[in-house]
Amino acid sequence: MKTLKRLLPLTALLLIACPALAKEHLRLATTTSTENSGLLAELLPPFEQASNCQIDVIAVGTGKAIKLGETGDVDVVLVHARSKEDKFVADGFGIDRRDVMYNDFVILGPAADPAGIAGSKDAAAALGRIATAKAIFVSRGDDSGTHTREKQLWRAAGITPSGSWYLEAGRGMGEVITMATERGGYTLSDRGTYLAYKTKTDLKIAVEGDPGLFNPYGVIVINPQKHPHVKVGLAKKFLDYLTSKQGRDLITGFRRGGEQLFYVQQ
Amino acid sequence: MNYLIDSLLKALELIFSFDREVRMAVGTSLYTSGCATVLSGLAGIPIGLWLGTSRFLGRRLAITLLNTLMALPTVVVGLLLFGLFSRQGPLGPLGLLFTPLAMIAGQTVLATPIVANLVLAAVTGADERIIKTALTLGATRLQAARQLLREIRFGVMAAVIAGFGRVVAEVGVAMMLGGNIRNSTRTMTTAIALETSKGEFAFGLALGMILLGVALLVNLGLNLLQQR
Repeated sequence: MKTLKRLLPLTALLLIACPALAKEHLRLATTTSTENSGLLAELLPPFEQASNCQIDVIAVGTGKAIKLGETGDVDVVLVHARSKEDKFVADGFGIDRRDVMYNDFVILGPAADPAGIAGSKDAAAALGRIATAKAIFVSRGDDSGTHTREKQLWRAAGITPSGSWYLEAGRGMGEVITMATERGGYTLSDRGTYLAYKTKTDLKIAVEGDPGLFNPYGVIVINPQKHPHVKVGLAKKFLDYLTSKQGRDLITGFRRGGEQLFYVQQ
Repeated sequence: MNYLIDSLLKALELIFSFDREVRMAVGTSLYTSGCATVLSGLAGIPIGLWLGTSRFLGRRLAITLLNTLMALPTVVVGLLLFGLFSRQGPLGPLGLLFTPLAMIAGQTVLATPIVANLVLAAVTGADERIIKTALTLGATRLQAARQLLREIRFGVMAAVIAGFGRVVAEVGVAMMLGGNIRNSTRTMTTAIALETSKGEFAFGLALGMILLGVALLVNLGLNLLQQR
């Protein structure tokens, strides 16, 4: 018991010190859609092996990801809210923004379709009808890229959503799809996450194909002039990889349930 | 009902095939909670002993404060340390946020009041004459404290294990300070939260069962020690 007591602090110290000696880490703040869909699990390992590094993925909403970039707690952000990205770069927090890929948003709804919007191609008008019918709508409510787009669409519809039918979940895309399924409501989702959840939800695509539902993803390196500790070299290498032929092929080749989730601009 | 049974079977399969993701999450959980428990023991036991054996002005206030800290919400600790460890915060240059070290720090803050409080309770419950007798017999204060510690060792052990129980089961600090990074800071509890959000019920269930198993083992161990 006595030797044990003497050894304990030493062991604790060793245990604490060990992980610090590991290989170089790159911190990537990204959205739940890229992580939850399984894309990153295919896209990152080839780069990690080639560059002998580890990418630490922090999957949060776009709003939080950008905040983590502003405070310098990550090296790279991969997000989808063009207006926020541009402001982020304009404010001097980010450099070298590049387009990575895109998919689109869809409005999901229950098969019963209480608002009668199935098959519509006008997202704003569809939201208008949901509001008029007071059909349940689950909002991300978390300042994510999807939430930002949803608010834009409500503005386009000229409606400030409120009332017992409008549920602000404050959670990730997957949880919101689950919540909308359980409550038999509508929600706005990126297509990638929906396809990944297709077997787990009864919701169907009610609205798609509106140009206002286009969803581009951008990647930005945190400005080393604001945060000198940012690993710019490795981060730029990562951006080069994402936009390289290898990266693009992996993105377009990624399938979930036999369907393509993300596209790259030609 | 089938859904639950199917998930349960799949969970068992994941556990007994030693699935890599499950293994990593279990490892990270045990590593961070283990370190935090050791540290909170090193801090909490002396605090408990001191509060239990000394008489000074403001002691009651200190004990009330300690009791309050026992109920410290994990997300509040997470929030405070997030501000401390963020690059914008005072300890920012250390780059601790989203590392296992940050989680260990947060969990230590969570567990220390519990350990201190339960040690204090054990001291209060012990025979008052232990220290007096030891002192009369010519022991120094340190030697007397050691004698007391020997007498209340089961209480101290229970205190440390209660501290471990709190940190291994909490999700707030692990999520906010660790960031749920795969292969790095993903613990059993944050993995359960993530897998549930992804709709992977079976995976979450597997981890939940392991979590219960760990708690069971720890308590069985304590039980054995107490019977000896």
